[in-house]
Amino acid sequence: MFHHFGTNDFLFLVAAIRWTLALSAIAFIGGGIGGLVVALARTAPLAPLRLAATGYIQLFQGTPLLMQLFLVFFGANMFGGRIDPLIAAAIALTLNAAAFLGEIWRGCIEAIPRGQWEAATALGLRYPAAMRDIVLPQAARIAVAPTVGFLVLLVKSTSLASIIGFVEITRAGQIINNATFQPFLVFSVVAVLYFALCWPLSLLSRHLETRFGTVSR
Amino acid sequence: MNYTFHFGVVWDDWHALAWGTWLTIQLSASAMVLGLLVAIAGALGKTMGPKPVRWLVDAYVEAIRNTPFLVQLFLIFFGLPAAGLRMSANEAALFAMVVNVGAYATEIVRAGIENIHRGQVEAGLALGLRPLQVFRYVILFPALQTIYPALCSQFILLMLSSSVVSTISAQELTAAANDLQSRTFRSFEIYIVVTAIYLALSLAFSGTFAAIRRAVFVETGKR
Repeated sequence: MFHHFGTNDFLFLVAAIRWTLALSAIAFIGGGIGGLVVALARTAPLAPLRLAATGYIQLFQGTPLLMQLFLVFFGANMFGGRIDPLIAAAIALTLNAAAFLGEIWRGCIEAIPRGQWEAATALGLRYPAAMRDIVLPQAARIAVAPTVGFLVLLVKSTSLASIIGFVEITRAGQIINNATFQPFLVFSVVAVLYFALCWPLSLLSRHLETRFGTVSR
Repeated sequence: MNYTFHFGVVWDDWHALAWGTWLTIQLSASAMVLGLLVAIAGALGKTMGPKPVRWLVDAYVEAIRNTPFLVQLFLIFFGLPAAGLRMSANEAALFAMVVNVGAYATEIVRAGIENIHRGQVEAGLALGLRPLQVFRYVILFPALQTIYPALCSQFILLMLSSSVVSTISAQELTAAANDLQSRTFRSFEIYIVVTAIYLALSLAFSGTFAAIRRAVFVETGKR
């Protein structure tokens, strides 16, 4: 009934990396666009915008990602029909990433000294131009390291998609484990695969931090 | 949209969710306390231990921080029994949470210790403070003050990620919700309410932590 963990099983797990990467990429792009909107709203000169962005961040950082995933997945049923696990996971992770990136980038925008704003105003630039041409380019430099660091969190978060049945590395591990019943070996391999994805990103983030972290001072 | 909400099923079983909430608080608090002990040992090993110990702590921290909590949980719950260490779902959940938060907190505590300058200790001694006073006023208190906010947000992250242990059917809030869901099929209503409970917990805890911080640290800082 059970077979031994062999090369084919290993290759099955390795092949599942592409789904983890695909989901991470979708969530990172979607979350990046959303995160920019959230960060701009969070630092906007209009109080209602700031309030809305704060509420959004609080909502997504104050509840478990698993619940967000379940709400999208089961919530789709209300509109009739089942939702594809990939789409549900992509939506939930995108909304979640937008909150986290929004909060990270807000910090980067606020780290730009007030003098830069004052200088921009003195030069006759209005808010949009000052933000686009003066503040954001400087904030982007500080943002690189923590954004790469967030990517590690995002790749790890995609493992939760396995719970709603999307076959990425973790779900592939469960499938192989059900066929081989060698959980220690299978989940060790799964862990090593995640480590191989995340560790280089962690190192890169740390390297960028020492390189860009203090530039603006 | 032809959907009628039935929140009634949730209120009918409110005691199951209340019990689950209590278990989540209990589980997270236990994991945080034990994880802090791991972290203090890890941070001491990392800052003062011999090279092999430092290397070991590094390996532990990096391994945990670069793999998903869900996989760590599976490895502990499904993998360790195969290697001869049997434990219940709840024990495995607590163990996995301690191992996980221990790694993150190790980094926090280490940063707190390294933040204290040698010169501060020397200055304290030069001012005539006894070694125990130096430890209390120069090392422990400032270190705690610096790492307190980070530890508080770590606790909230831990509490939120504890919902994942429902996958190995450990008993806590999300597991209570799953159980209710499988009996009533009112998934959306149940998860909305449970999400709101988690949000209330995070807000309550961060509010409490901030109040404690104001009461303990800011006031004594002024003296």
